[in-house]
Amino acid sequence: MADGKAKSTPLLDIRNLRIEATVYPPGEAPKTITLVHDVSLTLEKGKVLGLIGESGAGKSTIGLSSMGYGRGGVRITGGEVLLNGRDILKGGKEDFRKLRGREVCYVAQSAAAAFNPAHRLMDQVVEATLLHGTATRAEAEKRAVALFKKLSLPNPEAIGERFPHQVSGGQLQRVMTAMALCSEPDLIVFDEPTTALDVTTQIDVLAAIKDAIRDTHVAALYITHDLAVVAQVSDEIMVLRHGRLVEWGGTRQIIKEPRQEYTNALVSVHEIEHAEQKPGTTPFLSVKNVTAAYGGGHVKVLKNVSVDIYPGQTLAVVGESGSGKSTLARAITGLLPPEQGTVTFDGRPLANRLADRPKEDLRQLQMIYQMADVAMNPRQTVGTIIGRPLEFYFGMRGRQRDARVAELLDKIEMGKGFVDRYPAELSGGQKQRVCIARSLAAKPKLIICDEVTSALDPLVANGILKLLLELQREENVAYLFITHDLATVKSIADSIAVMYRGEVVRYGSKSKVLTPPFDAYTDLLLSSVPEMEIGWLEKAIKGRRMASAGN
Amino acid sequence: MSSPILKLIAQRIALGILLLLAISVLIFAGTQILPGDVAQAILGQSATPESLANLREQLGLNDPAYVRYFHWLGGVLTGDLGTAMSSGQDIATSIKSRLWNTLFLAFWAAIVAIPLAITLGLIAVRYRNGWVDKLISGLALASTSFPEFFIGYVLVYFFAVKWQIFPGISTVYEGMPFGERMQAIALPATALTLVVLAHMMRMTRAAILNVMQSAYVETAELKGLSAFNVIRKHAFPNAIAPIINVVMLNLAYLIVGVVVVEVIFVYPGMGQYLVDHVTKRDVPVVQAVGLIFAAVYISLNIIADIAAIVANPRLRHPK
Repeated sequence: MADGKAKSTPLLDIRNLRIEATVYPPGEAPKTITLVHDVSLTLEKGKVLGLIGESGAGKSTIGLSSMGYGRGGVRITGGEVLLNGRDILKGGKEDFRKLRGREVCYVAQSAAAAFNPAHRLMDQVVEATLLHGTATRAEAEKRAVALFKKLSLPNPEAIGERFPHQVSGGQLQRVMTAMALCSEPDLIVFDEPTTALDVTTQIDVLAAIKDAIRDTHVAALYITHDLAVVAQVSDEIMVLRHGRLVEWGGTRQIIKEPRQEYTNALVSVHEIEHAEQKPGTTPFLSVKNVTAAYGGGHVKVLKNVSVDIYPGQTLAVVGESGSGKSTLARAITGLLPPEQGTVTFDGRPLANRLADRPKEDLRQLQMIYQMADVAMNPRQTVGTIIGRPLEFYFGMRGRQRDARVAELLDKIEMGKGFVDRYPAELSGGQKQRVCIARSLAAKPKLIICDEVTSALDPLVANGILKLLLELQREENVAYLFITHDLATVKSIADSIAVMYRGEVVRYGSKSKVLTPPFDAYTDLLLSSVPEMEIGWLEKAIKGRRMASAGN
Repeated sequence: MSSPILKLIAQRIALGILLLLAISVLIFAGTQILPGDVAQAILGQSATPESLANLREQLGLNDPAYVRYFHWLGGVLTGDLGTAMSSGQDIATSIKSRLWNTLFLAFWAAIVAIPLAITLGLIAVRYRNGWVDKLISGLALASTSFPEFFIGYVLVYFFAVKWQIFPGISTVYEGMPFGERMQAIALPATALTLVVLAHMMRMTRAAILNVMQSAYVETAELKGLSAFNVIRKHAFPNAIAPIINVVMLNLAYLIVGVVVVEVIFVYPGMGQYLVDHVTKRDVPVVQAVGLIFAAVYISLNIIADIAAIVANPRLRHPK
């Protein structure tokens, strides 16, 4: 625990760990930066410690240090890592190899990328066991099948014969957990194992991981940025920021009585109060019975979709990946001309194809994307990026344009100093703000926001949402807000459309959509959102009416 | 094996055949455009207008070009490559033994060069950016940068003249014992190996390094695999498609591009044969050899494409 009570030797005892890396800033001399500043932690056998923090907090770096591994030239330069009582940092390469895959195993964020596409799953699952000689091939495969069963994978006897691309993302994540458990290690490092999954799939994987940890008595370091997730599986939680310890305590204490202000901010994130606006009399944009398909009409991705958007309001479109949310945006903007149905704007139909739309129509509909850094030209300055729509739509030049750029920068709460910066010099949140300013510059009636906060840390995402709401009040702009995150929906939407397999399964004002009785899918979606409450996971699993698509 | 993969392979083969036909047209057209006339070349100074006209009639040179093309193509498809004008010998018969000699030399050069290049590439990745990597890359690049005739003569100087281990002239004949034959081709095979080594080795290194960034390579490292096994078991299988491609290109070079080496070592292969008959302006031989070289080139590239398709688990095992 935090006070460092000496029990019997802990399984993992990290003392004053210091980790450094050399960075090569362009045009400057290489310099050494410290990623982890003298962090200490202990982990007893069979316990789970959650490491939580924003990106750059050093969570993964600390987790990997228990295997003596530094990703991308990262060096452990100080402290001790005692595993089963011996300091592993004193050992050589051979000693690291002996402990990796045997004493400590690793579960990566994206199992889809972490499995070798060239080999069958079973060969990869038993590889470490065979390498370290802890079992014969037959024994190891038997163990693997038993683990597949425990992790409730479909067809446990045969799934090992498949190749990674033949198995869904949620299943792969469970196979990866089985791979880590197969060599019966003392410790598993889970590095954001459910972050890349849909919310309805995440809950299954989370439950499977939790059961497996309990039944095998393995200890775990569980790394995530989602406090609600880590609260379900951990005995203790350690909050990190900028490579320093913020707070360390029991799970209940951290989420119910946080002692540090930063922890409190993490716990209370998402609590934006947004009063629902009643829909006006006439929508300015109506999508009527739109059907769209890829591959020359073979793959129908939108089926008979109708939604309305009212001036100055937000329509949130929710659903899991593949439900057709982004395709709806592509149909509205004309990037994917609908096969049937119409999109009307201000009482007149919009041309189906982007190329047939006049400039004025293009101006009225703007988009913001999930990946802000690839949505900007890396060789243009912030001033050029924001100034471009001003020139293109309004023909602004010179001082007039610069004044408007400064005004827009002010609106997104970034000062004039940013005008000459390049995207690479901005943080993730700042990049997204610049994208918002760029879309606002066109003075559109509607901004389509496609998962704009999904790639951001929770606190940063919160700031972006607040900014969007404020801009809506000032500019009376409407949003079509595409997201898979229901917490975001609650804090920003006026009306909601729930999409499932290309269809709108539930549509109406926020209060109506979020009030029971629910249809089966909306119920599954709502009940799958992790809540910051101990025991939520078990309750949610028990209360479900419908299996998730990942199974 | 399932239908999408068979369809892809069938497409490649069909494209290859189409390409080969197009090349046959080009070869035929090219040799027609050349100035001069075979009949004139055969008869030389002593030609009278009548004898020229007679010979032209006899050789079918008066027919329109497309008739001659189809006549020639029909012959090629039935194994009749025509008659060499300079010697009057059947081309198919004289090419047979020479083609076999060329393939023999290419085969042994490839047997040495390909495994060596891939192994050196793997070692270079294992010790990347270290002195081993730099030494391998440096030597391989140096051997490629020297022109092949230079390498050939250096080999002849040391191994044939100074130390007298291998013959400097690679004479082979039918019924020659295998051991002697191997001794005869030792020097040209070595020269060829040195020429193609670096390209394959550098590509192997680059293709594997590209894969080394992948998350699954990290997974393998975190299982405790040794650095070399990570490369061999996890990186190499995913880098195989570009490696096969460059290997096939070099194999084609070993067969098609050996002209200089064959001339240096006076080796009776296709290259020698081609050069001899180009100087004699023997059009049917040049056409036949050109077509065979094109066929070799295209088939090896088809094999590379098919191997890359088969090496892709997504195509081999569809969902």
